[in-house]
Amino acid sequence: MKFTNIISPFLAWGRAAKKADTVAFPSADRPGAPRYRGFHINDLEKCIGCGRCEEICQNAALDMTPTPLTQFKEGDTGLRPRVDYGRCCWCALCVDVCSTGSLGMTNEYLWSSVDADEFIYTPGLEAKPWDDSSRGYRQAQDILGWAGGARREMPVLPPDERIKTFDEVVMGFIEEDAVAEAARCIQCGLCVSACPAHMHIPEYLLAIAERRFRDAVEIFYQNNPLPEMCGKVCTRRCEMVCALGHQGEPIAIRWLKRFATERFDSLAEVMRMWERKAPTGKQVAVIGAGPAGLTAAYYLALAGHDVEVFDADRKGGGVTRSGIPMYRLPDQSLDKQMEVFKNAGVTLRFGQTIDQSRFVSLCSDFDAVFIAVGLTGALRLRIEGEDLGGVESALDLLARVNLEDDASPVGERVVVIGGGNVAMDASRVARRLGAQVVLSYRRRVQDMPADDEEIEEAKEEGIEFRTQTIPLRIESRGSKLLYLYGNAEMIPDQKGGRPRPRLMEGTEHELEVDRVFVAVGQAPDLGFLPKEISDQLKVDWGKIVVDADQFTGVPGIFAGGDITPGRDDAISAIADGLRAVRGIRRLLEG
Amino acid sequence: MRTDPQKTVRLFFGPQHPGVTGNMSVELWVEGDEVTKGISRVGYLHRGFEKLMERRLWIQNFPLVCRMCVPETDVNEACYAEALELLAGIDVPVRARWLRALVLELARLGVNLMSLGGQGGTIGLGTAAQWGITYRDFVLDLLEELSGGRIYHMFILPGGVRRDIPSGFFSRVETVLETIEERLPEFDRLLFDNAVFQTRTQGIGVIRPEWVDELGLVGPMARACGFARDVRQDDAYEIYDQLAFDVVTETGGDIFARALVRRRDIALSIDLIRQIMKRTPDGPVAVQLPNLTRWRIPAGEVYAKVESSRGEYGYYVVSDGGLRPRRVHVRGPSYVHGVTLLERMLVGTNIADVSNLMVSLTICPPEIDR
Ligand SMILES: Cc1cc2nc3c(=O)[nH]c(=O)nc-3n(C[C@H](O)[C@H](O)[C@H](O)COP(=O)(O)OP(=O)(O)OC[C@H]3O[C@@H](n4cnc5c(N)ncnc54)[C@H](O)[C@@H]3O)c2cc1C
Ligand code: SF4
Repeated sequence: MKFTNIISPFLAWGRAAKKADTVAFPSADRPGAPRYRGFHINDLEKCIGCGRCEEICQNAALDMTPTPLTQFKEGDTGLRPRVDYGRCCWCALCVDVCSTGSLGMTNEYLWSSVDADEFIYTPGLEAKPWDDSSRGYRQAQDILGWAGGARREMPVLPPDERIKTFDEVVMGFIEEDAVAEAARCIQCGLCVSACPAHMHIPEYLLAIAERRFRDAVEIFYQNNPLPEMCGKVCTRRCEMVCALGHQGEPIAIRWLKRFATERFDSLAEVMRMWERKAPTGKQVAVIGAGPAGLTAAYYLALAGHDVEVFDADRKGGGVTRSGIPMYRLPDQSLDKQMEVFKNAGVTLRFGQTIDQSRFVSLCSDFDAVFIAVGLTGALRLRIEGEDLGGVESALDLLARVNLEDDASPVGERVVVIGGGNVAMDASRVARRLGAQVVLSYRRRVQDMPADDEEIEEAKEEGIEFRTQTIPLRIESRGSKLLYLYGNAEMIPDQKGGRPRPRLMEGTEHELEVDRVFVAVGQAPDLGFLPKEISDQLKVDWGKIVVDADQFTGVPGIFAGGDITPGRDDAISAIADGLRAVRGIRRLLEG
Repeated sequence: MRTDPQKTVRLFFGPQHPGVTGNMSVELWVEGDEVTKGISRVGYLHRGFEKLMERRLWIQNFPLVCRMCVPETDVNEACYAEALELLAGIDVPVRARWLRALVLELARLGVNLMSLGGQGGTIGLGTAAQWGITYRDFVLDLLEELSGGRIYHMFILPGGVRRDIPSGFFSRVETVLETIEERLPEFDRLLFDNAVFQTRTQGIGVIRPEWVDELGLVGPMARACGFARDVRQDDAYEIYDQLAFDVVTETGGDIFARALVRRRDIALSIDLIRQIMKRTPDGPVAVQLPNLTRWRIPAGEVYAKVESSRGEYGYYVVSDGGLRPRRVHVRGPSYVHGVTLLERMLVGTNIADVSNLMVSLTICPPEIDR
């Protein structure tokens, strides 16, 4: 041992003369780091209450609770996370997985209270000093994968191939992609309330993710007897509210439904297991074999009732068969789905138009009648020249191609007037029949009621969009037609609605075409109802008003689908069918 | 062994005792000043982590594993992440591997500063303990800035790291390294040049080289006996094969030698951190993980290990292809060091040296109990 070893430790006293390393709290504060995981904050407006945070929290520190400030609305459960700091371990997994990015943590870490219950609170609802803090831990964009990952790409036919054929544009998922896509689901269930038919979406996505495809199909059939059709053409309200859509892309719910049904050559085979209840001896007549009519028929038949479906067409499916083009929904797919109805014991009577007198006899022969006739009339432009030869409703074109397999050319150049899905379908069909297509629409592209996907695909196929064009009149010029239109300017709506188009005086352009197809909307036609019945019905804009059970108010008569007010799409028609089942069963079974 | 009840005092040392390393106790049979028998009593920190992990989703264990060892949480995160990546076949981005090494070295630096200070503390050099803790706090400031938490960083996540570094981070790391380097001579004078420290540690608590393989001793316990064993070199993980360094060894196997190993490990970590900061490439810091609540990991079993400040630290993870681990077993070095080795070494130790000895074995009870 050296002498210096005795001295050296005393040199430590030198530190006493230097500045201390510690902070003199509370006079000197020490804020948490900018990404410190401190107390929670939540943007209540942004939050959709999906419950992802609650699910990921391994400490059960979060509890989704109703709050007085937020209410249930489509795409929002109205619940908000309540945090318990007796349980939280400050891992911030909840922040990382938040589907909207509303949840965050501030860099505040000091909070004392003698009341232990205070440490359980709903961030954003109960005001805290750190509510406005911009510092602290937030979700990072580059690890957003935590909230779901990217959507699997759907293979489609390239546009130049598409326009030569009526083959399906969408080619369908391969199994690996479907399973991976389904596995993105976070099981929040927001989609269920958005789906008009309230299909059990999280359950069937889980089944697909676990490769239980047969289970998935059975789950579809619990409340949708046309799952393959919906898997191809549904308006997918579910995807619009998908929690993953807030920061990324929603799950391809529609394509997954299609994938699962297409796994089976025969859906009737899969659904054979479902047994009918013992016959009740009650009889139900359904007018219209569209989605609404078929849905009601299917579940009423399973409930043991004797169901007969009457339709003027030769095959089932309604407008989904006559209107929707083959490249979106092939005939064979509908045929495959129709087998299931036969199996369930539904009697299908095609080629049977119900007129006033037959309606009266249906009323006396059957215990209940369900009217599901859809929209049979087409709206008119009300311009000069509309009745010229060569001017036709888009629906007629579609029906001719779909039902009569009539693929005869429609000329070199045509104009389609409208901006909805029917206009897109007619344009793209005309394109496939070899024509150059001009689409004339009064407003702007962003105002089009047509699905964005449809608009995109129509553009890819070379449809020329002439927006803000107002039809003036149609003239005939030799063998051709002259379509005359003016320009429109957009006038902001005082009430905050869509801006309105107004004709700019003095503008007039002409377009020489072979044909004009009008797609400005469909209209209800109640002409098949005897006067004594229609007099008793409540009618609004030509549509039959019904209650929550689709009951018309006239004893024994129910109505649903496009012929009743509400959204005009297949899944809404199916939902009407389901409600009618409830109403009719209540009537028949007491 | 038979003890004479007239001469022997049975002493319960811990778990509430400042000289004990964390929440454990040793039961001592003492004759005069000398311990004749000692039994490690563990279990005070048993939280059932391994069992708990079988009931949680793969990702939910990520905030759990760091709690396995409080002073050096990150080794747990690294092992768990590595095990999952091996099972799931995930390729971690290169930048993330460098940043992981950075975090692991910062953590090692912090824990060595603390335990070296603690080594002083056990013989009454409270100043050393305070300083050690303070310098570690400088490191914790950095880890807080990087990860958002001071102790439980939850930064090394399966698939990468949780965040990129904040801007200007490396320069702040450098400042801390310089501060520590500047203060270390002071620290050395207080400890290694101190006659009291020398007297209380030299020739005391000697580990015999033949015990190293017999008991499976690792880290400073083995390295202070001349064995150059370090997972960072023997079985390099992350990017350690790309760093230039020599494994620190000392001979003598006593408390002093182990303290010196840790002192030199501090210098090594500082050097490695500088190498890492110079060479960390740009790029992404994490891969996109699948839906975390539906994440199934293919069936299989792996052993992932890293070099902790206490030696080889490993996780054995079994998956049956499900949403949760089938089994996770944690192999920390403290079990051998704190039970088998300690019990052997306690015999013949002076009662005043018990805590001195325990700290020199860097026993981490939460890692024994799990
Ligand atoms: C071109 C076009 C494309 C569309 N694309 C989509 C789409 O992509 N996605 C979507 O969800 N929806 C789409 N729709 C809307 C959807 O097809 C309808 O909302 C849905 O089919 C309405 O169902 P429904 O059961 O009410 O009636 P409909 O499907 O219209 O079926 C009514 C049936 O009743 C029959 N009928 C009518 N009157 C009588 C009578 N007096 N006697 C006997 N039978 C009668 C008709 O022949 C018809 O078969 C589209 C519609 C059209 C026109
Ligand atoms: S920070 Fe972690 S423990 Fe706390 S509420 Fe969020 S997920 Fe739960």
